[in-house]
Amino acid sequence: MIPLVAHRTQGPRRAQRVKGLGVKGRQTLWAYLFLSPALALFAVTVMYPMVRALQYSFFNWPLGGDKTFIGLQNYRRLLFEDPAFREAVGNTLYFTFFSVAPTLALALVVAIMLNGPLLRARGAFRTIYFVPVVTSLVAVGFVWRAMLEPSFGVINTVIRWFGLPGPGWLADPDWAMNGIVLMAVWRDFGFYMVIFLAGLQAIPREITDAAIVDGASAWQRFRSITLPLLNPSILLAAVIGVINGLQLFTQVYVMTGSAQQLPGGPLNSTRSAVLYIVQQTFRPLEMGYGSAAAFLLFVLIMIVTLIQFQVLQRKFEY
Amino acid sequence: MTSRARVLLAGKYLLLTAGAIIMLSPLIWMVLASFKTLPEILSFPPTLLPEQVDLRNYRAVFETIDFVRYFLNSVIVAVLTVGSVLITSSLAGYAFAKFSFPGRDALFIVVLATLMIPFQVRVIPLYVLASDLQLLNTYGGLVLPTLVDAFGVFLMRQYLQSIPNELMESARVDGAGEIRIFVQIVLPLAKPALSALTIFTLVVSWESFLWPLLVACSTDMYTLPLGLAQFAGRFLDRTELQMAASTLTVLPLLIAFLFMQRRFIEGMATTGMK
Repeated sequence: MIPLVAHRTQGPRRAQRVKGLGVKGRQTLWAYLFLSPALALFAVTVMYPMVRALQYSFFNWPLGGDKTFIGLQNYRRLLFEDPAFREAVGNTLYFTFFSVAPTLALALVVAIMLNGPLLRARGAFRTIYFVPVVTSLVAVGFVWRAMLEPSFGVINTVIRWFGLPGPGWLADPDWAMNGIVLMAVWRDFGFYMVIFLAGLQAIPREITDAAIVDGASAWQRFRSITLPLLNPSILLAAVIGVINGLQLFTQVYVMTGSAQQLPGGPLNSTRSAVLYIVQQTFRPLEMGYGSAAAFLLFVLIMIVTLIQFQVLQRKFEY
Repeated sequence: MTSRARVLLAGKYLLLTAGAIIMLSPLIWMVLASFKTLPEILSFPPTLLPEQVDLRNYRAVFETIDFVRYFLNSVIVAVLTVGSVLITSSLAGYAFAKFSFPGRDALFIVVLATLMIPFQVRVIPLYVLASDLQLLNTYGGLVLPTLVDAFGVFLMRQYLQSIPNELMESARVDGAGEIRIFVQIVLPLAKPALSALTIFTLVVSWESFLWPLLVACSTDMYTLPLGLAQFAGRFLDRTELQMAASTLTVLPLLIAFLFMQRRFIEGMATTGMK
């Protein structure tokens, strides 16, 4: 397995000096040679774009036109004068919360069930639950779009078997985002479950056995052993989920666009922040405003991630 | 086993099996619908199995769009991306893990920090860059943002730290050059990490949508997800054709997964940081 704790490396010691360069010099030379492809690509595809994006965000820049420096105007407009941006961020937060929280809870419950000592066929269940993770998001987006169709779709047909009225899902502004959430729960569940299962299997059996001997109930064992020891996995899963959730784009694009309606509808109810950035940048071809919006989203991701580290790490201290 | 425990276990199996059916049903529905006619899909009460199994919907997909071309484009993009990520990550990870040199720790922190930069912050300047370099609508343009992966560097460094230094040292004493040591000693030992990184990078590349959508201007450069989105968007009310195209798109990775489940699951779980 991969050691998670870094131990200090001792460089190769060599007694003899080679061609004028000391051992240290030789090491440094080789290290930078080995690093150079990665560093060069980082510089071009990560660092440079990052710096440029910050720069663009201070300009009014129609592509092909002249750049005009406008200071913080883009940010001021986004934060105070653009209800569409605020709505897109709100939609994104809604999606993120409702696609991550229930999925994590469900994945945790199922992982605990699968981890039970008497259960056979654990591998088969794990494989089946994992299958949606390796399906193409665009493909299953169209599958769910068809299944969520309000009058003929299978999902509303099943709901009507129980005598309930099926909602309008993607056709109804109040329900559209829930349809996208539903697919996310289905598709990501197996991924989190695998993370939790790996975490559970790392908990030594003796601890649980000792608690059983001491007469701890199943709930007590869950509260005082499983949850605290699983905390790193929960934090990892929550951070991954939120970072992915806040970058919602493909599902919305695939599930809500049509010849009559731009993606993000109905009535902008599913327009996500990234979709907003793309639409603001590439339809009017305006690089500055979209870059500012992207930076604001970046700040939001950082803040939410930091909050998660604070809250989740404190909550389960033992 | 007490009878209470037996009932509990049976209940567990029941719940897990119900869950498994729910998880698989959208995919089963997709495959079944791909063999039906449109009236069959829309009929009430809904039918489970198609009346007649033939490949007409699939034939229609292949006749309408160049599916093979999209598939090959996806394969080319995946091979270039995986190749580049493996090479850059293993070289840099080895340098960070096994060499001591000035600036090492600071550089490593910088590399890790780039993990936090979300793609949409880079996407606009990358688009401008690709446009300036005349890379729009080329394979070079399609792979540009994913040629290097900070997580890959991190993963390889973590893994290679566990290799004993004596292996490299004795090879050096025997007169082996640094490149030979890397290729003949380090790389073979890194196979498990390389395979995890391969699977993870492959899945991400196969899925990638936003960037190809911006960069691929003509249909002959479309990757599979893009081709599917365009096709399904054109035939929005032809569910049967959409499902045939969706099945074709899901199939390659699903087959790879079924053959190498353990590697896939472990690869995705250990490299899940994305």
